[in-house]
Amino acid sequence: MSSKAIVSQHEQGQGSVRSYSIGFGLSIALTLAAYGLVVQHAAHGWALVFVLAGLAIIQLMVQLVFFLHLGRESKPRWNLSVLFFAVMVVCIVVFGSLWIMKNLAYNHAPQPSSSDIIKDEGYRQ
Amino acid sequence: MTKPLTTDELAAVTEQQAAAAKTIFGFWVYLMTDCVLFATLFATFAVLRNNTFGGPAGNELFSLPFVLIETLVLLTSSFTVGLGVLAARRRDRNQVLLFFGITMLLGIFFLTMELTEFHKLYVEGNSWRRSGFLSAFFTLVGTHGLHIASGLLWMAIMMLRTARHGLTDLSIKRLTMLSMFWHFLDIIWIFIFTVVYLMAGVV
Repeated sequence: MSSKAIVSQHEQGQGSVRSYSIGFGLSIALTLAAYGLVVQHAAHGWALVFVLAGLAIIQLMVQLVFFLHLGRESKPRWNLSVLFFAVMVVCIVVFGSLWIMKNLAYNHAPQPSSSDIIKDEGYRQ
Repeated sequence: MTKPLTTDELAAVTEQQAAAAKTIFGFWVYLMTDCVLFATLFATFAVLRNNTFGGPAGNELFSLPFVLIETLVLLTSSFTVGLGVLAARRRDRNQVLLFFGITMLLGIFFLTMELTEFHKLYVEGNSWRRSGFLSAFFTLVGTHGLHIASGLLWMAIMMLRTARHGLTDLSIKRLTMLSMFWHFLDIIWIFIFTVVYLMAGVV
């Protein structure tokens, strides 16, 4: 990356009181929304899990943009590239672990009843 | 008004800024690897969250209003650290000390609340030895707390330096990295708040 690109990137990524205030307000609203959903029992089960995960991801993006000023750098966007790589590794580690351990738990389940096996494996006696 | 810089001086300034921007990019890469460390701990927690070994589950242990206050305190400190960096760019030493001071107090308050929760769990017999779920909980939340503690130490050192020697280009660069570290820890906490506390007992 040329030094000119680095400097302009450095200067553009500085932020202002306004951007920090917007980020702060949005983050508080998203936090309270997530908290309210749980306390008010507005949703249950997997629906609640997906909504909470969605709110957390929106807040992640809000803070990346308004607090860490991501996306304001000029090309080439090295900060963004490293972030995308990290997100990819995080997804592989978290969802990969859950997937593998779920299978392992199934295969090591204490005394699986034959009706479960018949149902899950889809064969008939 | 300062007099305009000569071409040589301007080149030197540009070079210095370029070097600073490279250091800050390097710090960003560190933060992203730290993110991977937290991902492994989150994965461990997600796998073990229902393995309570007959002990209490998350929704029986955690107080949500308590954790909400913790979250709002850390969020506010993330806002004030941003204001602190803006003050550093204006080279306003007193404002830097003020905003980083507020951030530090909020950070200490957050850490005290977290340790209070840990202590309560420990004395009630729900320590990391109790179950796989609690081992994963203490490792994940404790690692975040350890990061907060080192951030506070770094902040104390930076404030002492700023009070003694004023704001130099080097200290502005370091304060910028410290603020990135603090924002990063707030982002990690959002996911701890969501996954560990809000989702406790949901599925």
